[in-house]
Amino acid sequence: MVTIFLYCGIFISCLMVLSLYRAVFGPTVLDRMIGANAIGSKTVVLLILIGLLYERVDMFVDIALAYAMLNFIAVLAASRYFQKRKGLFEKME
Amino acid sequence: MDILTIFLLLCGLVFFAGGAVGILRFPDFYSRLHPAGKLDTMGSLLMMTGIALFNLHHFSLANIFTSAKIILIVVFVFISSPTAIHGIVDAGVRAGLSPWEKGDKRR
Repeated sequence: MVTIFLYCGIFISCLMVLSLYRAVFGPTVLDRMIGANAIGSKTVVLLILIGLLYERVDMFVDIALAYAMLNFIAVLAASRYFQKRKGLFEKME
Repeated sequence: MDILTIFLLLCGLVFFAGGAVGILRFPDFYSRLHPAGKLDTMGSLLMMTGIALFNLHHFSLANIFTSAKIILIVVFVFISSPTAIHGIVDAGVRAGLSPWEKGDKRR
């Protein structure tokens, strides 16, 4: 079972690298925020998988809950901050 | 119970993979929000349910509390993830970002 959890974690990390492409090369600022949000929602699952690998799930569950809350607050605050900005994207004609 | 856990984990991984590919491949900002909002939420629901089932292997009060906490994380993600995505959409609309139309260049 531990091997399966390990490979699930590795696969999720590869998917996080794919989302990181959007977070780095996104054409607009909002695309970068989508990438960051996707990475955060995968990290919550990855933290619990790491907890299963270390056999300390009771501790890692709290860390995952705090990380989910942090991700939510960060994305919401960033979207409120960026909504009145000029120069959020280049004009395409 | 092991078979069910493995099945749920694999289903969650399929949903996460679809979300990642969708975020990479869709043509513009608004359509990219669709996999980011739905598939990540569904994938985390399936994987967390599988882990909570596996955690109940040794049946004790502490394990029941841990599984309940994992389910509570799922409930929180179900509330917070669409709200965050809606916030991003709102920022895009208020900044005047126009949606992609057929024939435009893929952004």
